[in-house]
Amino acid sequence: MSSTGQISGEFFLSGDEACAEGALAAGCRFFAGYPITPATEIAEHMSDRLPEVGGTYIQMEDELASMAAVLGASWGGLKAMTATSGPGFSLMMENIGLGLMLETPCVVVNMQRAGPSTGLPTMTGQGDMMQARWGSHGPYSIIALSPASPQELFDLTIKAFNLSEKYRLPVLVMSEESIGHMYEKVTIPTREKINITPRRKPNVPPQEYLPYVPDDDLVPPMAIAGEGYRFHVTGLTHDERGYPIMTAEAQDKLVRRLVDKIEKNRNAIIEVEEDGIKGADVVVCSYGISARVATVAIQRARALGIRVGMFRLITVWPFPVERVREIAKNIKAFVVPEINYGQMALEVERAAAGRAKTILIPHMGGAVHDPETILDAIKQAVK
Amino acid sequence: MANNYEIRLCGYGGQGIILAGFIIGQAATVYEHRNAVFIQDYGPEARGGACRADVVISDEPVLYPYIDTPDVLMAMSQEAYLKYIPQIRKDTLVIIDEDLVKPETANARKPIPMPARRIAVELGRLAVANVVMLGFLTAVTKALSVDAVKESILASVPKNTGKLNLSAFEEGYASALKLGAGK
Repeated sequence: MSSTGQISGEFFLSGDEACAEGALAAGCRFFAGYPITPATEIAEHMSDRLPEVGGTYIQMEDELASMAAVLGASWGGLKAMTATSGPGFSLMMENIGLGLMLETPCVVVNMQRAGPSTGLPTMTGQGDMMQARWGSHGPYSIIALSPASPQELFDLTIKAFNLSEKYRLPVLVMSEESIGHMYEKVTIPTREKINITPRRKPNVPPQEYLPYVPDDDLVPPMAIAGEGYRFHVTGLTHDERGYPIMTAEAQDKLVRRLVDKIEKNRNAIIEVEEDGIKGADVVVCSYGISARVATVAIQRARALGIRVGMFRLITVWPFPVERVREIAKNIKAFVVPEINYGQMALEVERAAAGRAKTILIPHMGGAVHDPETILDAIKQAVK
Repeated sequence: MANNYEIRLCGYGGQGIILAGFIIGQAATVYEHRNAVFIQDYGPEARGGACRADVVISDEPVLYPYIDTPDVLMAMSQEAYLKYIPQIRKDTLVIIDEDLVKPETANARKPIPMPARRIAVELGRLAVANVVMLGFLTAVTKALSVDAVKESILASVPKNTGKLNLSAFEEGYASALKLGAGK
């Protein structure tokens, strides 16, 4: 460890620990949370490590307060994060919406377990994917990432912080118990090799600053409390000064921009992994732990002479509609294994728009798919 | 997946089964620069109950991280032995602590007995039985180098117990050599 508390090199880490280290590497210096299996180890690791890097760890009274504290820390100038699982994620929804409305950079990690309700606390699930997109009220767009290994939890947590600063919103890391509790080799680069997006500070003097005048990419610069800039933030619909304006016109202007700043930049945001799509008859579309389980089925199918491609969502929201639509033109079907009763499969089906079939392979949670069930669906799809 | 080497350690909570799994995975990755996945499974209890550590070691990236039937099954409690003995292949190497496990299943492969618990007690610290087991496993399987496992042990145990843990490893290793392993 260096004198600044930064570590680098090869480590054998759980996904939860890798996530926490990714946050620290991205410059996160504030964590507020409430313990919940299987995300507790993220909080534990942050409580050990944040003091070493001069940061602050607070265990809050619940998840509502945790999310509120994270928003406050961000407005105070720190990169801030919380981590939770299904039940806590539900409780955070209101303040995630506040974060979207105030345009507050921060990161929320959801180590998914099997729900609904308390469900199977120690066992895996992917049932919160639509909640990630639509869980808070009102129209908005969001960014959510899905890592498939502890290394990716490290890398994508950094990416989540960078996207949150670039587009000024809470960014969600939608992982699962399977990855959070899995140990693998994680390579942590030296500080200077890690790309960090700094906060977009105002580029005008304090007397000319209007908090919600956006730059060309629709994202406004953000003043920090105590740096001489006056600002006012509210969850009410507001104008460029940040003051409440109760009209449909102000609502249209603000909410349209909140959605457009993500949707018009979607090509810059979206990241996917593809393998063997060209010439494929069927494509397995998956994410997170399910994508790793699907690789076994894909290898077995290829050994049987079936032309099957792999399409892995790394960014789950915004969803890569255009790319899925393009792939759909040339294949018979998408096979979508996910540990829920069909969530991202609905997006695949919507994007494919009838050009290719969408075959959902649901799993109610508590375990991953048997690769054979995915293989059976692949065989069915090419018939 | 043919190049994967799959190790399953099982016992009851509190025996250090999970730490042993971590030490193996860390030895393979950090000290041998290979790939490994370590997954743990345990009941709701902090002590007692069957627990399991699965480690997959490979020279390639491990895509599928789960074990169906391991190359090695090492059991340190009767309950865990009975739970996992059905999930082996004909050529699975089964190792048991002879004082803690009575092999019952008639059609299971004949296990290799070893006295991890007894050796740990002789060393004066029952808690190092898991490291005795690691020494035995290292000698029998040759899946990892002695140096890598030793370095991983030292990086994982409290500093003032380093010497004791290395003795535990050596004793476990030697007990395997006595049985003719490591030739």
